[in-house]
Amino acid sequence: MTRFAPVHRALGMILMLFGLAMLIPLTVSHLSDDGAQRAYDEVFLLTMLCGTFLWYRYRNTQRDLNVRDGFLLVVLVWTVLPAFAALPFMIHLEMSHTDAYFEAVSGLTATGATLMSGLEKLPVSINLWRHLMQWLGGMGLIVLVVAILPMLGIGGRQMLQAEIPGPMKDNRMTPRVTETAKGLWLIYVAITVLCAGAYRWAGMSWFDAICHSFSTVSLGGFSTYDASLGHFNSPAIEWICVVFMLFSGINYATHFLALSGRSVFVYGRDPEAGWYLGVLLVSVFVLANYLWKEGSFHDMDTAFRYALFNVISVATTTGYSTVDYGQWPMFVGLWMLFLCSFSTSAGSTGGGIKMMRALLLYKQVYRELVRAMHPSVVYNVRLGGATAPQSVLFAVLAFAFVYMVSIVSMTLLLAFTGLDIVTAFSAVVASVNNTGPGLGLVGPATTYAVLGDFQTWVCTFAMLLGRLEIFTLLVVLTPAFWRK
Amino acid sequence: MKIIILGAGQVGASVAEGLVSEENDITIVDQDPVRLSQLQDRLDLRTVVGDAATPSVLRSAGSEDADMVIAVTQSDQANLVACKLAHSVFNIPTRIARLRSRDFLEDESLLATDNFAVDFALCPEQVITDYIRRLIEFPRALQVLNFARGRVCLVAVRAYEGGLLVGKQIKTMRDHLPPEIDARIAAIFRDNQPVFPEGDTVVKAGDEVFLLAATENIHPVLNQLRRQTSRVERIMIAGGGNIGLRLAKSLEDRYEVKLIEGRRPRAELLANELNDTLVLCGDATDEELLEQENIAEMDLFLAMTNDDEDNIMAGSLAKRLGCRRVVALVNRRAYAEMIEGGPIDIGISPAQVSIGTLLAYVRQGDVAEVHSLRRGAAEALEIVAHGDRNTSKVVGRRIDEVQWPKGVTVAALVRNFEEPIVVGQTDDWTAITRYGEVVIAHHDTVIEADDHVIIFCTRKKLVKKVEKLFQVGFHFV
Repeated sequence: MTRFAPVHRALGMILMLFGLAMLIPLTVSHLSDDGAQRAYDEVFLLTMLCGTFLWYRYRNTQRDLNVRDGFLLVVLVWTVLPAFAALPFMIHLEMSHTDAYFEAVSGLTATGATLMSGLEKLPVSINLWRHLMQWLGGMGLIVLVVAILPMLGIGGRQMLQAEIPGPMKDNRMTPRVTETAKGLWLIYVAITVLCAGAYRWAGMSWFDAICHSFSTVSLGGFSTYDASLGHFNSPAIEWICVVFMLFSGINYATHFLALSGRSVFVYGRDPEAGWYLGVLLVSVFVLANYLWKEGSFHDMDTAFRYALFNVISVATTTGYSTVDYGQWPMFVGLWMLFLCSFSTSAGSTGGGIKMMRALLLYKQVYRELVRAMHPSVVYNVRLGGATAPQSVLFAVLAFAFVYMVSIVSMTLLLAFTGLDIVTAFSAVVASVNNTGPGLGLVGPATTYAVLGDFQTWVCTFAMLLGRLEIFTLLVVLTPAFWRK
Repeated sequence: MKIIILGAGQVGASVAEGLVSEENDITIVDQDPVRLSQLQDRLDLRTVVGDAATPSVLRSAGSEDADMVIAVTQSDQANLVACKLAHSVFNIPTRIARLRSRDFLEDESLLATDNFAVDFALCPEQVITDYIRRLIEFPRALQVLNFARGRVCLVAVRAYEGGLLVGKQIKTMRDHLPPEIDARIAAIFRDNQPVFPEGDTVVKAGDEVFLLAATENIHPVLNQLRRQTSRVERIMIAGGGNIGLRLAKSLEDRYEVKLIEGRRPRAELLANELNDTLVLCGDATDEELLEQENIAEMDLFLAMTNDDEDNIMAGSLAKRLGCRRVVALVNRRAYAEMIEGGPIDIGISPAQVSIGTLLAYVRQGDVAEVHSLRRGAAEALEIVAHGDRNTSKVVGRRIDEVQWPKGVTVAALVRNFEEPIVVGQTDDWTAITRYGEVVIAHHDTVIEADDHVIIFCTRKKLVKKVEKLFQVGFHFV
């Protein structure tokens, strides 16, 4: 195992950090005396012990992380950390390890699919932990680690690239990777604070405001209520939520540039932002009109209110709901799932194939059309004034192919195990895109608890696959990766 | 005047040619001895071989007592360094540089005396691009020139059978124009020979007519005198060099542009630089390619490669395949004369076009603008009148009182050139201002001091006589 010694050492350090993060729910649990104290004490100690052991065992490694180590570390972080994060659910709520692991992965990947019901009655610390996980995972665990552990700076760039979503990871923000990570997290924290304040102002309790700000900004979608944000039935809260969801669906690098340059024109130069907002707004108007005409709502205002919130929520891969949109015509639900698979920007906290890839795919199609008409044309695919290199275009094509193959094969797998096709398809799409609620049996009004153990594992895998943008996970699963 | 020209490329050679004839001491510096000796065979000048941006070479070129340095090498950087050296080491009073990149022109302080010390920056590619753009704005015009910073416009058009002008006396032109609009025919060339335009001159079909008016009036005047021609919409450019690229960039917003470039890497670069232009990789003289790209539907074909022969062949081919109008860059004067009246509608000599402003600057004195017409055979100049009735031969006199050399026509005056006149407002309430008042010259118009006089010389030699006429002489009391 010494071959991957630097990976183990780094993993040990990350585990220790993760253990420290558990101090937050632990403290809350002790202060509020919600009955989960023992579970947190045990889990905290176990996590710290494991982390310390790993780090201590490999502390003298001289080698630095290389590219291959980076992939492995990222995959390990995203698979091992949920195992520890799931422990409080197993110990305190006596969930099965399958269910607890699903819940933890759903949390860390900011998916928001849940197996739990009766959320209102859960201990305060458990709810806080669920939301905290989404918040930590939303911007990226490795990004956070790189920001606060500069010793990982070497090789950190490769790891960031394995984790930050999007086809072209440019280094336009800062020359040093640590600074980049710090900048991203700083904006992330600031926006979360703003969001929590806004929620409190709109009438939430401080606890709800903080929890929901975590799951809003991370585009996660956990809630402390079974009825999700519908519990509050407050237009003000919905508007705040929509604004922050839209904000988080834009590339954080763009936010960083806008803030450091103190200029809003940066958003105009972001090739994705315009399309992202345009596609969402058009969808909201079309669907609101459709719902009104079709008779789901009696007046346009109500139709607009519910369409706005739920469409944006699903499309940005958040997954809150204010109404059981499973009852809406199937067309609307499918459109929403379609939106969530490509709307959010690269470098945002959202999931899916990202608007950047969708645009590149679209432009490649256009290029083929131009080529058919003008055989001698020289036509380069350009995005935001820059030419996309051929290598990126091929990578995007391959990604789109694998993405579709993943969805089809996992849908078939779920259908094979006995789920109806709508449930199977929507569960896979909602998991791969890190959205959360699907349609049918796993719709917004229900939970993933209806799934069997095997089906739960398929969805867990789908969430990890989506969060690590398929390739990072697949690379580690290829035999070539393990060859010496 | 002692002048050092750095760089013996196309621009350098043309500048040398333009200045040699004006009795200057010229030294030309270049790294290519072959090119220098070719130039020396043709012109009476001194040559120095070496890197223009080094003090030693500049010294050996005689910088210590030079009056002017004109840095027109291929490299912007070398030109800037040469100007800086000329200023700080040799103290040469006038420094002119050719700057291709617009970046250097964006910040004015960059070229100030305490920085790169460039008195006059010239970008031939930009000048040619602007020139061709103006041609596109005036469909069917052969040449479009601006005077007095764009205040006055001179357009050359071919008179066609059935046009309003043909078969009529010039003085009847006034009848076709609205009363507030005045224009003037400055010259007529018939079978390459100048015809002195007078009120009773009759315009014939095939004549090349030079029409002059205030810029805001030129479109109405042309519309009045000619049948309506359809607007240009589709343009094909052959050759993606610097000029081709600049043209495509400035045209692609308003027109449908196709650009043909032969070299693959260059085509890739063009495709990256241009947004809406369709870049094609192929040979502009390839009939199949042109047909495939619908040459017959093109309103304009611009042959802009570096190669005269290619331009002429591609242009002729495009015309034969049905393109409406063909413009070609032609460097060699022999070719330019040869293609006259052939399939190519307009032949542009890049050097003639681009160095006009430079020559005006070099000549100094009161000449504000010089434009070559008909590839250097004739010249139009803008000259400032100074002095008063006692010290000048022109000021305070009616135009028909001045003893003009034969072949010279006074076309217009721009009065009070420095005074802004508000003529209207745009939609957002910013005032539209124009500088000066355009007076179309008639025989009884009186020239006043500080008028910018626009004069048409049918032969290049007359320029000197005109300049002499405008000199303020204290002996002349």
